[in-house]
Amino acid sequence: MEKLFKTVSFMSATLVMILLASIFISLFNSAKPAIEEFGFGFIAGKEWGVEVPIENPVSTVVATTAEKKVEVKPAENDNSLESMLGGGNDDIPMRTIFGGFIPIVGTLLSTLIAMAFALPIAMGIAVFLAEIAPKQISNVVGIAIELLAAIPSIIFGMWGLFYFAPIVQSFVGGYQVSLLTAGLVLGVMILPFMAAITRDSMRTTPDVLKESAYALGATKFEVIKDIIFPYSKAGIIGSVILALGRALGETMAVAFLIGSVFSLPSSINSPTVSIPVAMANSFGEATGMKTSALFYLAFLLFIISFAVISIAKFYFLRKDK
Amino acid sequence: MPIMSIEDFSFTYASAPARSLSNINLPIQKNCITSLIGPSGCGKSTLLRSLNRMHDLYPNNEYEGKLMLLNQENNEMENILDIKRENEFIELRQRVGMIFQKPTPFPMSIFDNVAYGLRISGIKNKTELKDRVEDALKGSALFGEVSDRMNKSAMGLSGGQQQRLCIARAVALKPELLLFDEPTSALDPISTAAIEELIVELKKDISIAIVTHNMQQASRISDYTAFMYLGDLVEYGETEQIFLNPREKKTEDYITGRFG
Ligand SMILES: Nc1ncnc2c1ncn2[C@@H]1O[C@H](COP(=O)(O)OP(=O)(O)O)[C@@H](O)[C@H]1O
Ligand SMILES: [Mg+2]
Repeated sequence: MEKLFKTVSFMSATLVMILLASIFISLFNSAKPAIEEFGFGFIAGKEWGVEVPIENPVSTVVATTAEKKVEVKPAENDNSLESMLGGGNDDIPMRTIFGGFIPIVGTLLSTLIAMAFALPIAMGIAVFLAEIAPKQISNVVGIAIELLAAIPSIIFGMWGLFYFAPIVQSFVGGYQVSLLTAGLVLGVMILPFMAAITRDSMRTTPDVLKESAYALGATKFEVIKDIIFPYSKAGIIGSVILALGRALGETMAVAFLIGSVFSLPSSINSPTVSIPVAMANSFGEATGMKTSALFYLAFLLFIISFAVISIAKFYFLRKDK
Repeated sequence: MPIMSIEDFSFTYASAPARSLSNINLPIQKNCITSLIGPSGCGKSTLLRSLNRMHDLYPNNEYEGKLMLLNQENNEMENILDIKRENEFIELRQRVGMIFQKPTPFPMSIFDNVAYGLRISGIKNKTELKDRVEDALKGSALFGEVSDRMNKSAMGLSGGQQQRLCIARAVALKPELLLFDEPTSALDPISTAAIEELIVELKKDISIAIVTHNMQQASRISDYTAFMYLGDLVEYGETEQIFLNPREKKTEDYITGRFG
């Protein structure tokens, strides 16, 4: 019996690793043409789907990209097909270049805004629910928070676009669809989730530990800061990591609000695009190199999420020691 | 002379249908050890936790009567049930410390644990903090064991060491009265002996009230003993008298092990 249990749990663990590896490999494979075509320059490339003559790459394309393209034959075929469809100049051989800089920046900035907005509020709500509010209020608000966390993201997107964005715009001006409104709605979306998990982990702090601090003359504020927060740190970090993962990959809510234009946001309240939104909007009509470039974006999103989460985890959990 | 005088004291928990303590009259003598004994559920912890107003951390608990605490500055007794403001609670808890049944080290270093009460009381001077932490650790017979790992987490200490750390943490504030709620019930006999020795040592400077379900412990270390039963104080007297010559039948039954 024990042996069976061991085998099953070992197999499940292996399955997770295999799944992870196979996603990584399949993303990499599909992205390969674009990786070979654009190299690391893709990350800094600000052009998306722009046709350039093969001999005279535009100035924004980094040097490595220009060198690479000569070596890669199949990619050139693909480009010539695209340029014919696009009705490009027949005399000069054309190629379409793709760079991921704008959606990468859009993803990171919208996540950053969401976190900066949601984290302090979520902590405040969690402290209020776990330590300050009377039981009845805490229970009612707690249920409301859990319901909010269960709302599908498309509803947040619609609400954000029609009700929230105009309010934000009336305060800060700029566009209704923008990095800021997308980030804030993203923040509203991850907030209940972070608050609920943080509250739950705060509630695991043993009463006797809190009482010990009160017995030394601590105030409520000091008990929260010195006892409850350190005690529930692992749970709080867990909630932040999950929220980060959700914010980085969120598609629907952001698609409604970020504007989906491939341009660098000149300010916080101008529109741009994020990786998941770029993928959702473009996959339908994408062929050849464009598909591959989208996979390259997906591959980068995978790496970014992985990196952000690993850093968060190792940085904070190491401090525990 | 009593440092604390419990007068006509009754206590009712918010969620309880009736009083958990009724009409208790009991002195806690200065620089003495007073032990509270009695069967489980008789109200020992409830009484002890009233003496530093711990019950106020939870809503709607009800105190009646008086809990008079000696003000060492003017030698007058003041009712701690009159306390309402947060800074008065803080002052009370600095004067009346508490040690719990299970050791409760905070998730921080050994030094920071002992310095905690001092820091929140406003002491910032590094050398003063260091001196007082070391004094408290020496006074709690722990310094020799931890002096080379003051910055290591307190969670790495043994159970007995953790409990002495908690005592040091309370002692660092130089309390006038220290309340122990079954401080050795989670410890092995050797650690228990060390803590008992320490408590006896502490009474030179600090008055002590200790709840124990271990009658040998009460008879070994305490000067006065109070026997409680079902929320009532049945008998109070010098420890020797209670154990050798109890006045009440209930007390005799309990100490001879006929119930409890
Ligand atoms: N938080 C509480 N709410 C309601 N009743 C309680 C609470 N704590 C203890 N009691 C009750 O008060 C009585 C005394 O408990 P306690 O003081 O813990 O006893 P002892 O420490 O002597 O074992 C018991 O009947 C117990 O059930
Ligand atoms: Mg008890």
